[in-house]
Formats: sequence, C-alpha cells, structure tokens
Amino acid sequence: METEQEYIITVFSENKVGLLSQITTVFTCRNVNIESLTTSESALQGIHKFTIVVRTTPETVQKVVRQIEKKIDVLKTFVYTPEEVVQQEIALYKVTRSNSVEQLVRRHNVRILEIDTDYIVVEKTGHKEETQQLFRLLQPYGVQQFVRSGTVAVIKSRRELLNEYLEELEKLRRESEAAASETEKSN
Amino acid sequence: MNSSSDETQQTVDGPRMTGSQALLESFLIEGVDTLFGYPGGAIIPVYDALYDYRDRLRHILVRHEQGAVHAAQGYARVSGRVGVCLVTSGPGATNTVTGLADALMDSTPLVLVTGQVGSSLLGTDAFQETNFVGITQAVTKWNCQVKRAEEIPAAMAKAFYVARSGRPGPVVVDITKDAQCGSAPFHYEKITSIRSYVPVPEPDPARLDEAARLIDEARRPLAMVGQGVILGNAEAELKAFLEKSGVPVASTLLGLSAVPTDAPQYVGMLGMHGNYGPNIRNRDCDLLIAIGMRFDDRVTGSPAHFGENARIIHLEIDPAEIGKIIHADVPVTGDVRQTLPQLTERIHKRRHDAWIAGFRDCDRIEQERVIRPALHPSGPRIHMGEAVDTVARAYANDAVVVTDVGQQQMFAARYFGFRRTRSLVTSGGLGTMGFGLPAAIGAKLGAPDRDVVLFVGDGGLQMTIQELGTIFQSKIPVKIVLLNNSFLGMVRQWQELFYDSRYSFTELVNPDFGMIARANGLAYRCVEHREELSDAVAEMKAAKGAYLLEVRVDRQENVFPMVPAGAPVAEIRLE
Repeated sequence: METEQEYIITVFSENKVGLLSQITTVFTCRNVNIESLTTSESALQGIHKFTIVVRTTPETVQKVVRQIEKKIDVLKTFVYTPEEVVQQEIALYKVTRSNSVEQLVRRHNVRILEIDTDYIVVEKTGHKEETQQLFRLLQPYGVQQFVRSGTVAVIKSRRELLNEYLEELEKLRRESEAAASETEKSN
Repeated sequence: MNSSSDETQQTVDGPRMTGSQALLESFLIEGVDTLFGYPGGAIIPVYDALYDYRDRLRHILVRHEQGAVHAAQGYARVSGRVGVCLVTSGPGATNTVTGLADALMDSTPLVLVTGQVGSSLLGTDAFQETNFVGITQAVTKWNCQVKRAEEIPAAMAKAFYVARSGRPGPVVVDITKDAQCGSAPFHYEKITSIRSYVPVPEPDPARLDEAARLIDEARRPLAMVGQGVILGNAEAELKAFLEKSGVPVASTLLGLSAVPTDAPQYVGMLGMHGNYGPNIRNRDCDLLIAIGMRFDDRVTGSPAHFGENARIIHLEIDPAEIGKIIHADVPVTGDVRQTLPQLTERIHKRRHDAWIAGFRDCDRIEQERVIRPALHPSGPRIHMGEAVDTVARAYANDAVVVTDVGQQQMFAARYFGFRRTRSLVTSGGLGTMGFGLPAAIGAKLGAPDRDVVLFVGDGGLQMTIQELGTIFQSKIPVKIVLLNNSFLGMVRQWQELFYDSRYSFTELVNPDFGMIARANGLAYRCVEHREELSDAVAEMKAAKGAYLLEVRVDRQENVFPMVPAGAPVAEIRLE
C-alpha cells in the first residue's frame, strides 16, 4: 500500500459551463477527497485555471490526472508536491473588539481591513497551519466569523509549462497544416 | 479516428434558414444518411423540417429511445461511421442514457441530438425538462447545449469531430426549442482540430525501439488484440505485424473478427469464458503485447496475477488507459494503424512454432473436454453451443453476428467463427441486456449487403421486444435466433456455481413468442428437437424478410471454460 501525501494539481481548461463538475467527478469516482479547490481565469486570456489540493497516493494521482486530461475541454494538467510550489491561502476573521485582540493581531502580522465600534476584520495570508493557528488564538476573544480560501500556488521551476505546451501545440498545428497543403498541391 | 487525418477544412456558406434546417444540413455535410429517432414535443420543429429531407435522410422510427441508441450503435459498429439519433427532451432523453453508457464503454462513435425546452424556460422545471447535459456528463465523451440557431452548425461540427476522432465515443447536443425555430445564415465549417483535445497522441520512438527489442528477445510472447484494431481500421497492419513477428495472437470479446478465427497464429479468445490456451498459459508468457485493448476485468481476472511472469507492451490510443489496470513496462501511445507498422519495421522476422504448438495442445484439451460435449451433447435437449454451430455452418461463418448479453453471447462469441472484420456486434463493457435486437436493426442498415444474425435469450429479448415493431414497420430483414431456456441463464449459472443453486428470481415464465412474432409480421418457427434444427436454420436463412427462430434449449446448461470472477486467469475451469 503506497502512502498518501499532499499534491497540488493545476488544471488549465477552456472556459466551458459545467467543466468544474466534470473535473470534480473524476475525484468522486476514485473516492479521493478534495482538500481545497480554487478556480479563476489564468494569466492567459480565455484559459481557466483550477488549483486542486488532494491527499492521495502517487499512483492514484497519476490516474486521476490522466482522467482529467481526457476531458475534451481540458488543455493540460500538472501535478506538484508541496516542495515544488509556493502556495498561499487567505483567511478573514471578524473578531469582537478588545485591547487584547488588537495586541494579538498586531503580533501576528495581519492586515486590518475594517474597524467598527464592536468588531474588527483582519486578514492573514499564509499556509493553512498559520491561518488555523491564528484562529485558535483568536477564539477565546470571540470569533464572529471566519473564512478561509482554497490554496493558490505558483511553481518554483523557471519553466512555464503551460506556455511550452501551447507553443508545442501551435508548432504541431502549423506542421500538420503545412503537410495538408503539401498534399493538396501534389493532388 | 479513421477520418480525422484526411478531413480538410471545408466551408459551406448558404442562405438563411431555421435552426432545424441547419441541423439537417449539418447532418448531410457530415455524410449522415440514416437517423434513428423518436419524436416528441421539444423536437417537433426538427421533425417538421425532416419532412422535407426524407429523400436525403432515412429516419428509422424506433419504439423506445433506448432502441434508437442501440440501433445507432449497431449501425456504427458494422459501418465504421458515426451513428446518429434524434429524440425529444425529458423522458425521451433520459431513455437514451443506458445506450450512451454502453457506447462510452465500448468506444462507439455516436451523435445524439436531444430537444430541450425553450431557453427562457430552462431551470424552471418546465414540462419535459431535464438537465440532460448534467445527466449525461458521466456517459458521454463530450456534450453541449445550444440555445441559439446560429450556434447549431459549429456545435454539430464539433460533435461529429469529437465522436469519431481519437478513441471514439458518444456525444450529446441538446438543442433548445427556440434554437430549432430561430433562423440564421447557414455557415458550416468542418472542424479538424480543437486546441484542448489531442485525439491521437504521438508515439515516442524510444518506446517503439524498446518494444521492438522486447519482441525480438521474447521466447514466449502473446499478442492480445482489442477493438482498437477494428476502430483504427488496422487489420492489415496487424496482419503484417503478426506475420513478421510470428507471435501467437488472442483476442478480447470486442476484438473478435479483427483476426480470422482460422488464422494460423490465432489461439482464441481471452477472458472469463475465453479459450483454454490463452488463459491457462498466461503465466507461461514472458511478453504480452496488448494492441488496442484496455485490460477489462473480464479479461484479466485478478490483475495482480495477470501476466505475472511477463513484460507488458501496451499499444493504446487513450493515455488514460495506460497503467489504469495493468502496469505497462513499455507504453506506446498512438493510433495502432500508425504504431503497428512502426513496430513491424523495427522487429526481426521470427517464428514461434514450438510455442504456438503448445497452444494447439491446449486446444485439443478444450476440444475434448468442452467443445465436443457442447456441440454434440448426449442429452435429448438442444444446447446453445450446437445451435450457434448449426447457424455458423449454414452461413459458412460469414455473417454479422449480433448478440444480446449473457450465455448466448458467450456461446456465439466462442462458436460462431469469423472470416472478416466487423462481424461481431455485442455489448462488452456495460453488458447491456436488451442491446441485441435494436443493435441488429442498426447493423442490418449499416451493412445491407451482409446477413445479420442475432443471438438473443428469452430474458434479453423481452427487454427491448417492442423493437419488433420497428422491424415490421421498416421491413428490416434481420434473422433472430432466440435461445430460449426460460431462465436468466448466466445469473442462474452463477447461482448454481457460487450460490448453492438457490435460483432466486431467475426463472422466467414466458409469453408465446410465436404469437408475438406473428403479431409483428415476422416469419416464425420453433424448434425443440435436434433433428429439425438444420432444416429450420436453412429455412431462416432462405427467408426474404425478418425471421424469428425460437430454439428451446436445455434449461440448465453452463458456459465453460470459466475463470471465476477475480481469480487468476490461469485458474480457468473446464467444467
């Protein structure tokens, strides 16, 4: 039995209605729980990026990735271990105002977003353990609301894998078009 | 996969027309000549337009939408073309789901067009509304919804391209009623590529070199052929590979007929009810060459034991199949029509006569202990195997054989024998009872010059028996061999072998099939005695129109050999 570990999967796709559920179904079918999922337009216009964090075995993650890539509207899927990426989450806390809370949040390097007469809203970015630790520390003072985003990540490698892939596709397309027009000429 | 490479970009501009007309024009541009369908409220505009296209598009009115999809599957499987269906929204659409799932599992190219309620009503639980794009996500290769007439040509171009390219599969296009009624200038551009979709991955030359080296070095190799060879039209390329490599070849259920049964290197069918040799010798093999097959669990038995002493080469068009069940030592991605010649070119000419002779020894054991008793049973009742054999002899092993699912399917696959490719239409992956009768209708329309013989049990026939009405109305001359044992035979066999003969709800009390046949205008004969069988089969073969031959067979016959589910294939049982 292979041991489970954390993986960050990035999926690049066309912006098509219903694709999110097609992608998540792949995890459901293999009984893999999604720890976090964020989605937004990528740096390339018209291409959507999903960042999915899962805990599973190396073998399963490879199978899942191939199943996702099989979806017609998915461009490319990459898998990373936590060491290969810089990742961040953002957490917002709405806490009852008091002097001790204000001292605590100052010590924890947070951004204060709003101060009202009876509450403050602060923001902390970091890894899950860090945002979770602040939540625990704030709890005794009364956390009225707490919300945490999914993970976003950029890869440490200097190579821009998606760009390389798209260039490769473009090259193949040009080649096949050239071949097709050759054939037409010879006919 | 066969047409994507020679597809050229083609633009057709035309006048303004309704979405319904645009749909039918799209069909014509894509080379469609036959539709299988059933009208209903949300697709009436398309049917209205179809009234003017009757001279160019043949529409087969089925009796249930599931039948439309299975018929389109039969059509696609024998012809290599895309099967096309047309049904209404809501129940019409949901009735097709089994067929779509079957087509996805067995890689059958289909385009299903469903009507949908008007776009302003979407999401309101309107009459006959279902979220069909949502429902069919898991059973289609791709699907989409079209809400405007001007989007129809592009959606259809993409649908046909996706359905037939790469590993083929079913595609659903859900068209709202207002899109069918709206009008737009007709402009059709065939699709030859999609940015996010790689239908045929490129093989890695290093893998081909490695595969060739393994083949050259192997002492006990076995090639295993799947439907990928048929879907890729690669029968000749396979033959060349086999001749040069000299390796024995076995087939999966869906790969049957890609290699003629009497080919010198052919050693039989793999899997649960396959032949003795390719199963029992699985652990003797030192190299398995999987060619366009996906290691279904009915083929591998226990995957941990499958080819446990062999290296494995996997030639496969779908990268998601590589390593899914069985680890491939050398995966070769790509269309087998391209990769097989590249492999053939790299290998040395070899012979494996002694190794193949060992398979013939296995054949003799199987012949003695399984086949002879099955084809020449001692008891008074006719057995399924001898019925299949009698039909096969009458047709000289040259017919399109369509089967339902269960014991008759396995007997047909084991005993018919095939001379040319695309001669078996059967539901492999999904195992859909009720597939046979409608698939036979489609097969006859897809291969009008060939004889089409359906083997079906009494259980499966009654699942889609209403399609006898389609045969009657559209005058489709299929020959139906009903192997009637008044049992759900395969389940009964499992109950006998694994559930202490507790026949829980597997016995059928059947209607009079003769009356049903005659009510539907079919010629009919019932045979109970062995001495009438040949004569009855000859009569069926000679009949001009459709014919139902009911053969009352032994009630408690079992299919052997058998690999118990989940056991290593080498633990195959002969009795």
